[in-house]
Amino acid sequence: MSLTPARRESLWAYAFITPWLIGFMVFTAGPMAASLFFSLTEYNIVSPPQWLGLTNYVNLFQDELFWHSLSVTFKYAAFALPLGLVFSYLIAVLLNQKIPGVNVWRTIYFLPSVVAGVAVALLWARIFDPKFGILNPFLAQFGIKGPGWLADPDWSVPALVIMSLWGVGGNVIIYLAGLQGVPTDLYDAAKVDGATAWQRFRHVTLPMTTPVIFYNLVLGLIGAFQYFTEVYVLTGGAGGPVRSTLFYNLYLYQNAFKYFHMGYASTMAWVLFVIVLLLTLLIFRSSDTWVYYEGQLKGR
Amino acid sequence: MSPSLTPAARAPALRRLFEGLKGQALLLKSLTTLVLAAGAGVIMLPLLFLLSTSVKDRDQLRQSPPPLIPTALTLVEVNGKQEPLYRVTVDGQTREMALIKNRPGGKGLFLDPANPSQTYELVIAEQTALTHLEIHWENYAEALRQMKFDKLLVNTLLVTFLGMAGMLFSCSLVAYGFSRFRAPWLNIFFIILLSTIMLPGQVRLIPTYVFFNKLRWVDTLLPLIVPQFFANAYDVFLLRQFFLTIPLELDDAAKIDGASPLQVLLYVILPQARPALVSVAIFHFLYAWNDFYEPLIYLHSPQNWTLAVGLQTFNALYAVNTHLIMAASAVMILPPIILYFLAQRIFTQGVVFSGIKG
Repeated sequence: MSLTPARRESLWAYAFITPWLIGFMVFTAGPMAASLFFSLTEYNIVSPPQWLGLTNYVNLFQDELFWHSLSVTFKYAAFALPLGLVFSYLIAVLLNQKIPGVNVWRTIYFLPSVVAGVAVALLWARIFDPKFGILNPFLAQFGIKGPGWLADPDWSVPALVIMSLWGVGGNVIIYLAGLQGVPTDLYDAAKVDGATAWQRFRHVTLPMTTPVIFYNLVLGLIGAFQYFTEVYVLTGGAGGPVRSTLFYNLYLYQNAFKYFHMGYASTMAWVLFVIVLLLTLLIFRSSDTWVYYEGQLKGR
Repeated sequence: MSPSLTPAARAPALRRLFEGLKGQALLLKSLTTLVLAAGAGVIMLPLLFLLSTSVKDRDQLRQSPPPLIPTALTLVEVNGKQEPLYRVTVDGQTREMALIKNRPGGKGLFLDPANPSQTYELVIAEQTALTHLEIHWENYAEALRQMKFDKLLVNTLLVTFLGMAGMLFSCSLVAYGFSRFRAPWLNIFFIILLSTIMLPGQVRLIPTYVFFNKLRWVDTLLPLIVPQFFANAYDVFLLRQFFLTIPLELDDAAKIDGASPLQVLLYVILPQARPALVSVAIFHFLYAWNDFYEPLIYLHSPQNWTLAVGLQTFNALYAVNTHLIMAASAVMILPPIILYFLAQRIFTQGVVFSGIKG
């Protein structure tokens, strides 16, 4: 064989990553280019795409439902993300303490994260039911008259936020891994210096786990724009009552697979892509001021 | 500590401070446990409600607020009719009587079944209705029969396990390629791979659908299974992070013995990476089992549905049968829960996730 060892190594490398290279071309790069093309056409799958130029984009920005679905999505994200972040972080901090039976607690707290999807949405539909559910009778014990939740356009999004908080266990797992990665000698050093529990948390734990917070924040944001299953199941795909839960992804789904406006839905997909990209960049840029990477210090 | 203290006075002050800290720690621990217990209650309550609703019958469903323990009113036969039994107080005596008629002003007509000739008019709210435990396990059989569970289960298992096999096969190869070799452009490709984790799926959804439509694969299980054989960014990343922790000396020893790169993967890397492989397999199971969006888009005929789509439709058609829907939902969440308890260590110790940071 006349191959140099370096050439042979490269060939092996490319041979091993071939499945991904093919998958990337066929299921990611190719479709992305195609959906950019579709976004400039009228396309209903049955007949060939008709060139429209930027018409879809112009129409989209004049589409009230587009703006409405954006605001529903942002409204949900504005509450679900910060609340989820704080809750899951606090739970992770508590679950990281040396207390008796901590594994039992961890087991319970992670449990909801494995039972996602349709069944859970159906369960919460019953919990929120004003008459036969358990939430409003519970609130009534504190003298609070619970709203109609999923039946009330003002309370349907808050209900979805509450539902999402029940499943924060998935984020807790990631935070806990981050907390366990904080070197114990830092805590010991802080204790020697007489730092209180709060000071140790504020000046050791929090800075050391900002990368994990950052990771959860970015993925949570993308997740809000993918939000679909729960709202489809709870509203039968309609986004009701009176479109109060018409999330961006649900409106996109309706355009694509209910009305077969594949071109218009592709436009929505690309606008979504740009929005998510911008928001992610924004978080990345701001992260310089608040995310602390231990590795960065080593270069100094 | 104030500097004015003499060294002699400092020692007891230090000790007090130390004891204070110890007491504080104990208090913190108790508080932590208390808060965790309260939160655990909040988490378990919906699941208990699910179980309790799934074993009620239609009459029990009408109780508002719904009791968590599935009870039913105890009935007694009076003059050939079933009437609810109450514990009533008459003339300072507690007796069990049947309510046979409602009267105006929240009152009711009660009588003792053993002595039906005498009736008493009493305020209903002051008496206690007698209830007993009533569990309808048969809801489960009924729900599974109605939603044609067996057929949907076969489809779901096919999608889940064939997809899992494809994912493990392709992601192991790709992760190995990205962790053990040097090649031009390889790092660029890895960055591209990582960036697809952030990519919103919708941007490739429609052309992919059109593609599968052209292949006449829509309304078959293939669009849910075949893409898994072409690796995905998330699992490749997790496996690669784990492969990087396996010492290179092991590869070298095998190479000296004449092993090819493929043999190194099969006989050195994969056996070492068992925990990581088990983890990604479990996460794939949870993903595929719970996935709704893609099955909804690709599967149209009822005989091709997965459980998630079948359950959604079952609810849309028979929403009044809350008890049956809750029974079906309970069955649907059972496999993930069993798997969770079997593989608890992977979740509670974050075997895979520890690779994420840094």
